[in-house]
Amino acid sequence: MELTKETLQKIDDVIPRYPDKRSAVLMVIHLIQDELGSISDESCEWIAEKLEIQPINVKELITFYPMLRETPWGKTHVRVCRTLPCALRGSYATCQKLEKKLGVKEGHVREDGEYSIEFMECLADCGEGPVVMVDEDTFENIDEKKAEQLAELMLKGKLENSADFVSYEKGLLSETPAKAKKPSAKSKK
Amino acid sequence: MTTNDLPKERRIILKHADDPNYSNRLSCYLREGGYEMLRKSLTMKPDEIGAEVLKSGVRGRGGAGFPAGMKWKFLDRKSGKPIYLICNADESEPGTFKDRQIMHKDPHQLIEGMMIAAYAIQAKQAFIYIRAEFFEGARILERAIAEAKEKGFCGDKILGSDYSCDLVVHRGAGAYICGEETGLIESLEGKRPNPRIKPPYFPAVLGLYQCPTIVNNVETLCNVKHIMEIGGDEFAKIGKPNNTGTRIWCVSGQVKKPGYYEFECGALTLGEMIFDVCGGLLPGRSLKAVIPGGSSAKILRADERFVGKHKDGTDFDWGIEDVPLDFDGPMAAGSMSGSGGIIVMDDTVDIVEAMANVNAFYAHESCGQCTPCREGCLWMKKITKRMCDGEAREEDPDMLLSIANQIEGRTICAFGEAAAWPTQSFITKFRDEFANKSNPATKKGKNSLQLI
Amino acid sequence: MISKAINDQVTINLDGKDVEVPNGINLVDAVALHGKEIPHYCYHPQLSVAGNCRMCLIEMGTPMRDRGTGEAILEEDGSPKIGWVPKPVIGCGTNVTPGMHVKTESEVVTGCREGIMEFLLVNHPLDCPICDQAGECRLQEFATDYGRGYSRYKERKNVKPKRTRLGPRVTLDDERCILCSRCIRFSQEVANDDVLGFVDRGSFSTLTCFPGKELANNYSLNTVDICPVGALTSTDFRFKMRVWFLKESLSICPESSAGCNTIVSSREGQIHRITPRRNDLVNDSWMTDSGRVLYKQLESGDRLKFPLVDQQKSSLEDALNATVASLRGKKIGIVGSCKSSLEEQFLLNRLAKEVKAKKYLRGHFGEDDGILLSSDRTPNLRGALISGFASSYPKDHLNLLVQALKKNQLETLLVVGEDLIDSNLEAELLSGVQVIYLGTHENSTSRLAQVNIPTLACFEKTGSFVNRSFFLQGFQQAVPGPAGVLPDINILGRLINELGNGELSSDINSIWKMMARATSSPLKGLSFSDFKKEGIQLDSSNWSDFPFVEKKALHFEPFADSESD
Repeated sequence: MELTKETLQKIDDVIPRYPDKRSAVLMVIHLIQDELGSISDESCEWIAEKLEIQPINVKELITFYPMLRETPWGKTHVRVCRTLPCALRGSYATCQKLEKKLGVKEGHVREDGEYSIEFMECLADCGEGPVVMVDEDTFENIDEKKAEQLAELMLKGKLENSADFVSYEKGLLSETPAKAKKPSAKSKK
Repeated sequence: MTTNDLPKERRIILKHADDPNYSNRLSCYLREGGYEMLRKSLTMKPDEIGAEVLKSGVRGRGGAGFPAGMKWKFLDRKSGKPIYLICNADESEPGTFKDRQIMHKDPHQLIEGMMIAAYAIQAKQAFIYIRAEFFEGARILERAIAEAKEKGFCGDKILGSDYSCDLVVHRGAGAYICGEETGLIESLEGKRPNPRIKPPYFPAVLGLYQCPTIVNNVETLCNVKHIMEIGGDEFAKIGKPNNTGTRIWCVSGQVKKPGYYEFECGALTLGEMIFDVCGGLLPGRSLKAVIPGGSSAKILRADERFVGKHKDGTDFDWGIEDVPLDFDGPMAAGSMSGSGGIIVMDDTVDIVEAMANVNAFYAHESCGQCTPCREGCLWMKKITKRMCDGEAREEDPDMLLSIANQIEGRTICAFGEAAAWPTQSFITKFRDEFANKSNPATKKGKNSLQLI
Repeated sequence: MISKAINDQVTINLDGKDVEVPNGINLVDAVALHGKEIPHYCYHPQLSVAGNCRMCLIEMGTPMRDRGTGEAILEEDGSPKIGWVPKPVIGCGTNVTPGMHVKTESEVVTGCREGIMEFLLVNHPLDCPICDQAGECRLQEFATDYGRGYSRYKERKNVKPKRTRLGPRVTLDDERCILCSRCIRFSQEVANDDVLGFVDRGSFSTLTCFPGKELANNYSLNTVDICPVGALTSTDFRFKMRVWFLKESLSICPESSAGCNTIVSSREGQIHRITPRRNDLVNDSWMTDSGRVLYKQLESGDRLKFPLVDQQKSSLEDALNATVASLRGKKIGIVGSCKSSLEEQFLLNRLAKEVKAKKYLRGHFGEDDGILLSSDRTPNLRGALISGFASSYPKDHLNLLVQALKKNQLETLLVVGEDLIDSNLEAELLSGVQVIYLGTHENSTSRLAQVNIPTLACFEKTGSFVNRSFFLQGFQQAVPGPAGVLPDINILGRLINELGNGELSSDINSIWKMMARATSSPLKGLSFSDFKKEGIQLDSSNWSDFPFVEKKALHFEPFADSESD
């Protein structure tokens, strides 16, 4: 199991932040999963040795949390919220449309490994539902029609053109004070 | 209702959330007078801060509504063990999205509130447990903490005082049960997030690493700063007695203008919120039901009447539109305000499908530690799924009610109640819809939205 | 046997009746002291409290106190007002406090139990006809006692891995598992081998080991004992025998000086398994895996079944006569055994006195695992000391015997259960000596002995051992030995009578009358029935500066480390 120097350095930086080594396990797993895509048994053993715990203690966590994976998702991973508030605004239709356009069923990875869809539980943005996340970006108000447009952009690789419905988060990390994309709820139709 | 009668928001926490000239950088926060309260608090005694918070009567905004000042009083300060402060930023209750706004748009408010709280309880270290789906949020918080540390607002020897407290951002990994305080503590310790039995593991006595710990919600900790700004007594005047301060209500579902709105407690009713502030339902629809406090709260039927006596002896007789939006109002109506997530359902909703959706959520998120929740939640989900697939049986509604009654009150943590209450309330209030599902003549409802 | 200081008794109200229980003990144990049962799965008195099965839900209330003054609030009739907890509480998570009120029989409690029982059976497979646990299964017992009596579940059950190999001695059936986590807590807390865990979550949680690892430590079978259902089963015992046919005899494990209390289960003269017996002062509820297989020795091919004279099969009378002839008037050496029972060692010592024999004894030692396998691999070394057979701590060799043989000081050797050749004694040294061997199995010594008299193994006779804490514990006969084979005390008693004109009976109680006579012995005044069920602590001060090899372990402090108190 090969990790880059940066990842190893990040792991070494994060462990001393906690009074007890074992507490760092989730953060270490995230760092390794960000690089390798999933946590294999070999990774479990590496993490266990690093944090002085047993491999079963790591495996218990990998299989418990939905975001931690033993096999990787697709290169582009799409998350659609299925819980009640988003469902009330049509997220089931959204998911089915995305399934059709991207050619993969929810919970699976497309055969060429490019796309995967996960029909997830509440993503905590219910006011702008249905909510879709593509990798780390959040997209709001993706009804069936917008889902089609979103999928088109994804397939063309031009996701950054989705200014219409990308979440306000984009731009919050930039240097200059970002203009709030749209003041929420005040002027919506 | 004319627009003049529109209840006015009072934005204390979300003052700068939608200000186009405000960013989440430290410079903006300082420009608006940030960290002055931290400076002032450090000159006071920790107990004095605790007294202000207690006087303010601020109740937890994570769902339980337990007075924060009282929780701080339960802290075991005599054990000699280090004390920890944890901010519960694992916002996963369906219908709630207020903490997202605070953390993405005004993170320094949270950091200042946390540092004041940490100083008040003399915490050795503070953690922010943020859900992993907030990728951007975690990065924003890390950057904000780095900014704050640089200027001495957190970390070593805060603002030149003797008090040091390190602030660590810890990411979860997608489990709702990590929002339960002892589940969160277990997750922070690196174990499976199985909630602990209380007694004896009350976090204020035996929390993180078996040391005294305080777990508070994001909004609650932000309120600490504002309490210090105007004083506990003044804060207690906002809102209503026993329901002090403002609350951020998150409206979602089938309304024209869903979103987050901050009002004083009791400043408006449910009807005003749905029909005035949120612009009412979509055209041609009528209100069927509202869940006032996140999916764990009991459902309120649109044509129900809520009759009873308040604690002070006065009578009340409400329709759904009259339920006041504070802590005690929805409670009096037989539900709870929970995390403030109001989910609105109109007459196109098939209630059985809505419940199947909610049951599937709880079955998926159950940690599996204790028997009733583990087996009961999955059983309920199997029944409602089967009902929605067209194979409902006559005994199903009674069976569901019986299972829910067997879960409630018998579990280790409140997840059992959270899973049981929706089932109990849906079936009790909409029994006819459930009964109709097993009747071949009525089981296929009108073309409703697919919810499961 | 719940061992807690019984001096601090308090009164609690149990289903309307006031009863006395020790203060601070677990409520499940307290209620059991008064003949009532709080059903439970995940609670175990010797493991940490998990509180996850929720079967022990009961109603509980405590006397109310005024918030401000702390004064007790009283009812009109002067009795304390009881604040009942609004929800049922788990009994295993509650410790007794004075004045506590407990309801184990009420509508709420009945409803709880029926509900939890139903939930446990919802995904449980219908395996009773093929499950080893049947007959000692807590699901069966509590379903009968507290369950609703019929099933309302009409959906599909979850499917999980079945009959997987969890380790070399343990088989796991995940579908039967009720996720009580006893096995995980045991592995972490007692066996110090954190190798088990739950994967997945919710109703799909599954017990497993990390791929590539196994539950292989020397205490793995204890998880089978504590598993309340048939999820963890012993591979050795699998499908062998239904437990309701088994006769249970109380015994002591002869593997080491730990002296684990055991139950030997047999049917029609054949032992089918050995399981630990609870003793809070010695072994809690545990024993080693290696101790459990010792019963297999009884059927091994090298078992001595017939007396032999000059390696020819003979009758017992002839063998005994030959023995007496070899002993009378000769220079005799007696090699005793630390594996013999206390009574046998006492008689051997008496015989040695009668015939003025020199006594030799060796110990068998190994690695101490700090739990229940002590470094002294014999069950009764201290018995040899107490009976007077040995006056110094035995070493792991027989050099003194070797020297005596080299100097031709001995004419006859009576060997009880030791293999001299194995103790580095060369066979040539025995060439001029008459060897009489008393033992259970063939070995190099028995093959060149002039007389071989078979004896019974510890599972086939009654007796007592003294363990590393100087605890005297008795064991019962579980199965009869091979036909015609007598216990050692019969043989030794006969020899003593013949050689010393005595009138010894081989009844164990009479032997004990003799043993309990000596004033300076720690056995003074005891009789065999005193400790048949529970052991007795003996006074060890006569041997306080002996170099005992045992290290600190479960319920054991080496004398050197502990201050005399």
